[in-house]
Amino acid sequence: MLRTEEMLLNVGPQHPSTHGVFRLVITIDGETITEAKPVVGYLHRGTEKLAEDLTYTQIVPYTDRMDYLSAMTNNYIVVHAAETLMEVELPERAEFLRVIVMELNRIASHLVWFGTYLLDIGAMSPFLLAFREREQILDLFNDLCGARLTYNYMRIGGVKWDVPEGWLDQVRAFISNMREKLKEYEDLVAGNEIFLNRTRGIGVYSADEAIDYGLSGVNLRAAGVDWDLRRDRPYSVYDRFEFDVPVGKNGDLYDKFTCRMEEIRQSLRIVEQAVDQFPEGPVMAKVPRVIRVPEGEAYVQMESPRGELGCYLVSRGKDKPYRLKFRRPSFYNLQILPRLLKGENVANLVAILGGIDIVLGEVDA
Amino acid sequence: MQAWMWLGPVIMLFVVLGFVTLAILFERKVIGWMQSRIGPNRVGPWGLFQTVADVLKLLLKEDIVPQKADETLFKLAPVIAFVPAFAVVAVLPFTDSLVFADIGVGLLYFIAISSITTIGILAGGWASNNKYALIGAMRSAAQMISYEIPLVMALVGVIMAAGTLNLSGIVEAQKEMWFIVPQFIGFVVFFIASLAELNRTPFDLPEAESELVAGYHVEYSGFRFAFFMLAEYVYVFAMSALTTVLFLGGWNPLFGFTFLPPLIWFLLKFSLIVFTLIWIRATLPRIRVDQLMQLGWKVLLPLALFNIFLSALLKEIPGIGSYY
Repeated sequence: MLRTEEMLLNVGPQHPSTHGVFRLVITIDGETITEAKPVVGYLHRGTEKLAEDLTYTQIVPYTDRMDYLSAMTNNYIVVHAAETLMEVELPERAEFLRVIVMELNRIASHLVWFGTYLLDIGAMSPFLLAFREREQILDLFNDLCGARLTYNYMRIGGVKWDVPEGWLDQVRAFISNMREKLKEYEDLVAGNEIFLNRTRGIGVYSADEAIDYGLSGVNLRAAGVDWDLRRDRPYSVYDRFEFDVPVGKNGDLYDKFTCRMEEIRQSLRIVEQAVDQFPEGPVMAKVPRVIRVPEGEAYVQMESPRGELGCYLVSRGKDKPYRLKFRRPSFYNLQILPRLLKGENVANLVAILGGIDIVLGEVDA
Repeated sequence: MQAWMWLGPVIMLFVVLGFVTLAILFERKVIGWMQSRIGPNRVGPWGLFQTVADVLKLLLKEDIVPQKADETLFKLAPVIAFVPAFAVVAVLPFTDSLVFADIGVGLLYFIAISSITTIGILAGGWASNNKYALIGAMRSAAQMISYEIPLVMALVGVIMAAGTLNLSGIVEAQKEMWFIVPQFIGFVVFFIASLAELNRTPFDLPEAESELVAGYHVEYSGFRFAFFMLAEYVYVFAMSALTTVLFLGGWNPLFGFTFLPPLIWFLLKFSLIVFTLIWIRATLPRIRVDQLMQLGWKVLLPLALFNIFLSALLKEIPGIGSYY
């Protein structure tokens, strides 16, 4: 046997496939990874600490910047935490609007994942196709709240803006268009031999391991754990809609792909039902001008596109939180990476990292 | 005759450079259309001067040699990669009269010279003293060994059928029937192997940007980088022309449509191959490095050997034997 020497390779923080400023220190023997050490924190802005000096309304734009691919769900978790403590009764129309925008945002987020993931494993076109459809969602959001990425849309007691005229019809048109395009994506990618070879049986972990590592969202479901907070611990008005939770079998990259594609379909179903049942009425509840959350603690959780997004809020009865803690799914899902990368090929590195679907704004908060 | 000796190559150089300029624009346009974009359209009418502007930008850039690089080798590598790319163009017959060096072993010359480029890539990756560049260069060397062999083996069938290594002779042998029909297996193996030789998608591992940032040329900038890129596109030109000559009957017209001049026929077939290369790039993901080796050794090589056996066998059968 030839004596080989190990090489230390620094992947990132400036590397095209680390999806932001993620750094990974790997030791490689030829092209095989013997050890991988993730280094996070390059995008740390201290959101949780900053929140202690901000009023509740002021915190909302900060949450936009955590998981910037799905700002609506981040908006929701912080207002949801405050509303839980305040016991506000929300108008129906606000709840429906929240569900519609959150599900649309889930679709947009999964589309970004689909595009960048295929880009990671070397296919260029799906990226642009996915962004073409995502653009329609961003346009819808732009019409609704005047922003394309950082929406700052939700308020304690409801949402900031009511729907503009004709918006719901545009959403309907988007749903039917998106369903067609999904078929196109699957034609292009799902049956491709190279794609299958690169994703089947790669980055496998069992259901037990997934639970041990505290994974959530698609990363958990791909391994075969049937768990979705929208269905199992319903919040907002999710209990009124019918939808399936796609679950994988093998916990490999291909299952993650199929789960996410199916989730887009299910989100479209939810949006369709919500648009059909859309009620009349106000979009804001009667809340005081200066919001003071009564003394107490609350932990709320929800299913963000990346997994269980949680918010732990401690209030001392002031207009600012005493302590705010986010359970950020990307950060928790990332913990399994060193275990997955050990013994893998360098070419699989980007595929496995991409499969976890991290957003660095959320990992570093 | 004397004037042609030096004027011809100079003209050819400009033809090839012109092709490279247009091919890069064409590639960006076609891929743009396939991805519902417009493609470059700002510089000049229809974006025609986009590549010219890009090349000028590269020429104006600061010439950077990394401090810890092997300076001599670092500067030499782009030249080693680039010169063979032009050298192979000499033997390509575009029509029966338009060929610069009508040498007896043209095909062998092409294959042998084109292999030298890999040494340039390997040297560039090594001399850069960069880990990503090194991995890219190593991949390139492994890829060359794995794919040169099936590539040459796939050509044996053509050589057997034509009975010559001279490229003009091979085209002449296709007067009746293009080799793509009797040598179909050979064509498929050759085409896949040539994609790998060209380092193009789905075999663009040496410069896999999502894994190795840019691969072997990660430390190169300015005109040295331009040389690597130029070499790559000249190979696209040469390989497409070679495919046309070997399998698509070169300048021979289809269905006896002789009213089009032979050069036009050649260009049509040639453009079809170039378009196919671009099309593949817009469609397929990248294959993984170990799967690449498996495909080369376990699939393409046996197929190529089988093709030789089949061609030899069919050659002896009366009736269809004349096509082999």
